[in-house]
Amino acid sequence: MSSNKKYWKSVEELNENSSIVETLRNNEFVEAIPTDEFLSDKDSLSSSSTTRRDFLKYVGFSTAAATLAACEGPVHKSIPYVLQPEQIIPGVADYFATSMFDGFDFANLLVKTREGRPIKIENNTIAGAKFTANARVHASVLSLYDSMRLKVTKVGQKEASWAAADLKIKASLAEAKAKGGQVVLLTNTLASPSTEKLIAEFIAQNPTAKHVVYDSVSESAALDAFEAVYGERALVDYDFSKANTIVSIGADFLGDWQGGGFDSGYAQGRVPQKGKMSKHFQFEANMTLSGAAADQRVPMTVANQKLALVKIYNVITGSSVSTGKVANEDAVTKAAQQLKAAGSKGLLVSGIQDKNAQLLVLAINQALSSEAFSTVGTRQIRKGSDAKVAQLLTDMTAGSVHTLIMSGVNPVYTLANGKAFAEGLKKVKLSVAFSLKEDETAALTNIAVPAPHYLESWNDLMLTKGTYSLVQPTIRPLFSSKQFQEGLLSWNGNGTAYYDYIKANSAVYLNGLTWNKAVHDGVSVGATSATAGGSADYSTAANALAQSKPANGFELVLYTKTGLGDGQQANNPWLQEFPDPITRVSWDNYITVSKADADKKGLTNEIVANGGLNGSYATVKVGDTSITAPVIVQPGQAVGTIGLALGYGKKAALKEDMQVGVNAYALYNNFNNVQSATLTKADGEHEFACVQSQKTLMGRGDIIKETTLTVFTAKFDEPEVWNPSPMVSLDHKEVKATSVDLWESFDRSVGHHFNLSIDLNSCTGCGACVIACHAENNVPVVGKSEVRRSRDMHWLRIDRYYSSEETFAGDNKKKKEFDGLFGEKGSLGGFGDMESPADNPQVVFQPVMCQHCNHAPCETVCPVAATSHGRQGQNQMAYNRCVGTRYCANNCPYKVRRFNWFLYSNNEEFDFHMNDDLGRMVLNPDVNVRSRGVMEKCSMCIQKTQLTILTAKREGREVAVEEFQTACSSACTTGAMVFGDVNNKESKVAKLAEDKRMYHLLESVGTKPNVFYHVKVRNT
Amino acid sequence: MKKMGNHNSISRKIVFSLAFMLTFSFTSFSQATPPATDAAATAPAAAAPAATTGGDPVAGKALFNSNCAACHALDKKMTGPALRGVSAKYDMAWIYKWVNNSSALIKSGDAKAVKVFEEFNKSPMTSFPTLTTADVDNIIAYTSEKKAEPPVGMTVDDKGLKADNAGGISNDVILGALALVMFMLVIMLFFVNNVLTKVAKVNGIEVAPKEASLPIWKAFAKNQFLVLVASIFLLLSSGYFVYSWMMQVGVDQDYAPIQPIHYSHRIHAGSNGIDCKYCHSAARVSKNAGIPSLNVCMNCHKNISEVADTTATPEHTKAFYDGEIQKLYDAVGWDKATQKYTGKTKPVKWVRIHNLPDFAYFNHSQHVTVAGIECQKCHGPVQEYEIQKQFAPLTMGWCIKCHRETDVKMEGNAYYTKIHEELSKKYGVDKLTAAQMGGLECGKCHY
Repeated sequence: MSSNKKYWKSVEELNENSSIVETLRNNEFVEAIPTDEFLSDKDSLSSSSTTRRDFLKYVGFSTAAATLAACEGPVHKSIPYVLQPEQIIPGVADYFATSMFDGFDFANLLVKTREGRPIKIENNTIAGAKFTANARVHASVLSLYDSMRLKVTKVGQKEASWAAADLKIKASLAEAKAKGGQVVLLTNTLASPSTEKLIAEFIAQNPTAKHVVYDSVSESAALDAFEAVYGERALVDYDFSKANTIVSIGADFLGDWQGGGFDSGYAQGRVPQKGKMSKHFQFEANMTLSGAAADQRVPMTVANQKLALVKIYNVITGSSVSTGKVANEDAVTKAAQQLKAAGSKGLLVSGIQDKNAQLLVLAINQALSSEAFSTVGTRQIRKGSDAKVAQLLTDMTAGSVHTLIMSGVNPVYTLANGKAFAEGLKKVKLSVAFSLKEDETAALTNIAVPAPHYLESWNDLMLTKGTYSLVQPTIRPLFSSKQFQEGLLSWNGNGTAYYDYIKANSAVYLNGLTWNKAVHDGVSVGATSATAGGSADYSTAANALAQSKPANGFELVLYTKTGLGDGQQANNPWLQEFPDPITRVSWDNYITVSKADADKKGLTNEIVANGGLNGSYATVKVGDTSITAPVIVQPGQAVGTIGLALGYGKKAALKEDMQVGVNAYALYNNFNNVQSATLTKADGEHEFACVQSQKTLMGRGDIIKETTLTVFTAKFDEPEVWNPSPMVSLDHKEVKATSVDLWESFDRSVGHHFNLSIDLNSCTGCGACVIACHAENNVPVVGKSEVRRSRDMHWLRIDRYYSSEETFAGDNKKKKEFDGLFGEKGSLGGFGDMESPADNPQVVFQPVMCQHCNHAPCETVCPVAATSHGRQGQNQMAYNRCVGTRYCANNCPYKVRRFNWFLYSNNEEFDFHMNDDLGRMVLNPDVNVRSRGVMEKCSMCIQKTQLTILTAKREGREVAVEEFQTACSSACTTGAMVFGDVNNKESKVAKLAEDKRMYHLLESVGTKPNVFYHVKVRNT
Repeated sequence: MKKMGNHNSISRKIVFSLAFMLTFSFTSFSQATPPATDAAATAPAAAAPAATTGGDPVAGKALFNSNCAACHALDKKMTGPALRGVSAKYDMAWIYKWVNNSSALIKSGDAKAVKVFEEFNKSPMTSFPTLTTADVDNIIAYTSEKKAEPPVGMTVDDKGLKADNAGGISNDVILGALALVMFMLVIMLFFVNNVLTKVAKVNGIEVAPKEASLPIWKAFAKNQFLVLVASIFLLLSSGYFVYSWMMQVGVDQDYAPIQPIHYSHRIHAGSNGIDCKYCHSAARVSKNAGIPSLNVCMNCHKNISEVADTTATPEHTKAFYDGEIQKLYDAVGWDKATQKYTGKTKPVKWVRIHNLPDFAYFNHSQHVTVAGIECQKCHGPVQEYEIQKQFAPLTMGWCIKCHRETDVKMEGNAYYTKIHEELSKKYGVDKLTAAQMGGLECGKCHY
């Protein structure tokens, strides 16, 4: 069929006389192609010695030569040890017990080393090793291999030898002694008996010397209060497992409050046993991990929190301090009454940086005679005194400090008036900094000494009173570093090595253990008695606190993020790319603003066309300092408050990609985390790297199943009520979706069958598993712009969901009641509403990794059979077979497969740890480094399960009950993740698989995963 | 035709007889050679000087080797002094005392004893109270033997020749003989043909001139079917060869690079029978078999600074091997003269032979310790290799083949007890292959 259709290019063609049409008709190309120009250049054409034929010959020859050359394999060299250390066997991992404390984080660890290089941090599980690794501690092994570390001693910014620097320091100390000049040792909290002894000896020799302890994030209020009552500068080591009713007023105890590390105790009470679980009230301004885990969370300004604390004090002690109007009075009263009823099973904690508030905390817990509150084995990990630091700054400004020796601190960056400190440094005769990096402070000092990483040095620690931990090196110092303690020994004229010094001092602390045994164990626990508790004038404190007035404008609440903490490890790409558990934003800090305030100020967050999150900028002004930062509208943020994380905005000794965020320390006036501030909208839009754009669960109760303790207890024997199975119609009958199957199942009763259990009740979203997974599986870092494009490579992500109604149950109800498309109960508008979270939503965390489906949708669509199933339940991925069609990722209902869009190792474009020789030392040699164009995903740590099996085979025994572990399960200290062999009926995971709370993610899809979850129960 | 057949059979007979004769004569030659070499080899032994002292040097040699050789050599300083002619330096009574309890002698302040003790880094000699004076006499008799002059190269060369005679050369000779036979056959055929033509001429028989037939290639080109079949065959066969050539890309079977130190597995694992896992001890517990660190070499080479004369081969002389040992000393920083480590080390950069790609995980201990597989199964007759080479292709097909065929060694391993019982019930077999244990799953080697 012919067509008479006429096609025309523009309206111009309608005009028959148009000259343009005429020209176009005659000329094929609108612009003339300069062939003539090229060919007319006869001279150069004829003078060229290369004929066309020769040219083709060259092309042909070089192509053939290149092809042939490519067939030759490269020559690899193998260089064995000349003298092989006895304990090192190439290919076999060695473990060393050690401990770490960097002034902020602390833990008892087991360090995995391969061929003499530490590659992974594990928790020390020996009895007495109490503190487990958080995300930052897991990542600290990468900070060891930081290529931006200070490598040699610098005197006056020029490279020099330590000996030269040492002479200078000694001369300066002698001069100070002679002239009576002030010598100051400015350190972070040391918590090290030997170091403290060394400092005492130093002060004895240098009478003009003093020691100032400085914590970048201060806990001075709690320390002052405890000191006032108990006469000891320490923090209480709360045992949350002993508390049935927990009231937290502004204390993010699952985060970094008072050092953190309370989560495993807390989680013990959160799993319902015999109808009982702890009850947790949280009153807070920012949305925190603790708030997310709470049974009842009340957003509250800090001023109101103070009043609420007084109110609770009134109820518990029967006092009647007048407080005036308290916001959310009902909730406060209810919490107070339940706390009182719980008696010794109750616990109140508070993060208000106010000595009076902290005194009331002591008063309330004393009045409750709370079991969780004990002065036995107090925490020694914060000792800093704000007053002394302020005094030092005054002295420095006045020019009365002769010699200043710093270790482990970076005051130019972490002090609100860091500029004043920098000015003060100029007036100091000799300033010395022992520092891992040439950071803001070390760059300004006369002498900068490279300090060794904790994995390179000996030390002893007293994290809690009576528990003695040893730090042992796991690798030779990478650079010519010098430990602060070695410096002290030198200045004290003590010729011994620091190792010998510790050993000589250790006898008192070893509690009968031999030195070798103590080094092997890493800890030695001694008996301690409770610090005798005095009392203080609590009512005055309460009265003073009751007078607190709300701030003018906004209350700025400064906090530390799970990823970066106080910012020491800002050059650690794992931590930078770690998405914040609450906001799911990586590579940034930001101002968190409540929805109401954001609307008022015209601040917005929106998802743009490429799927990335954009946010407005806003300027926070505290006093005369203002900072412009992007805004995140944070559900659950108390109206009238804004939050901003410390630890970002660092510039010195940081790779360019890591220089993100703003320095909130500039607003950290008087070491108070609450500042009164003004907030104004600023121009421009910020591009966030946010890994989760969907905020709410949209009433999809089969993704996260939730119930209340009341329902759970009452209907315990009818799990169908609170843990319903999805139903489908088979032969016109409703049957369980799991009973219908397209596929024939393999017999999995023989051998091992691995399952991973995740209890949503104990998961706090801390992210230790995420970093542990990175370290174990060589997961690449892709950078901010790639994360924004949803190309993050995290094998394990922790999804965070908000409820759209007050509760998730409300969401489910609302969805169920949808009727038609439009109107009051119309689903069209209804679903639209459900996309936005509530003002104070319920929050839930769900770790999602490859679910290792027994009927995996990914396996059936792979055209090259690169992904297949193992008999042991693991969904296997053969990278060398993958051709990168990405069908599998598209067919995965859980969206856990990650595609290597680029080569992330040895690539200048991705200048992270895999791009330098030092950073690559952290790679696990048992796991492949994936190349461009292949799909990757969680392997259920097959390298670990295989090794466990092999070890058992070699030793000719069966695999022990809880021997199988994955990186995530061994990093999980709350007990949320349990891994094991379900065919071994003795194992924990086999019992958990039979538990009534067990469910599979998206069970209705029929994938039969080997990862299962436990219904979240809330004690509301 | 019959006639032709006759002629044919005659020539065949001639060929056979010729070939037979030649081969036979050759075999008798080859049999004749060995006695000559044997005689040459035994000659130097006979020429050895007789014992000079009362003892029996033969018994003495045995005693020396079992008791003294760890620290002493005849002509070379080791941990202890060289012992040849020791009886000339010390009187026998002194020697008896020294051997029985050297430290007592030193303590007594005997000047000679103290001097020796001082000279050798004050390392005391083990006392041998069990050695009788007769034993010591025997040893001294052995040490007093004159140094045997190295048999002038001949023996060694002959030995090499003999080895070659048994193998390569004899084959060449047979082939040469056959070629000769064929050549003669061709000549004879030519003559026969001449004779026949002459006979025909004489008898007046006309040989019909051949018709000019179509050349065979033209006939072939005309037959389209044949052309089609041939081209298909050509395509297929060239495809086959191209494919086989492509499949060997990256397969480095028989890769035998030149190493910085000429290390001979033939001498160590073959002649000396050292267990593979003595040096590659990591193979028992680790994924890597491990190249032994140089301190492992020094366990033996502290005392072995030169090879025996008999170790040398036509390709490699004793001087060459001694030079290679010296390379080890240079690398590890061992001063042969002072018997001390200098502390100056120079790690050896071996060229890696077996290069498994990173995406394939292989664990030696799984195969060596658990499965109890001989190293030779994958690495070939290493004890015969003068230069180590890659024996196996190390391709996936090669791995899989073995996993399919090999029964897992389960006896006496408690790990397997339960799984063996269950799996053998499931598959109805008594023995389980690695494949049946899941040894073919991708994820077992690729992660």
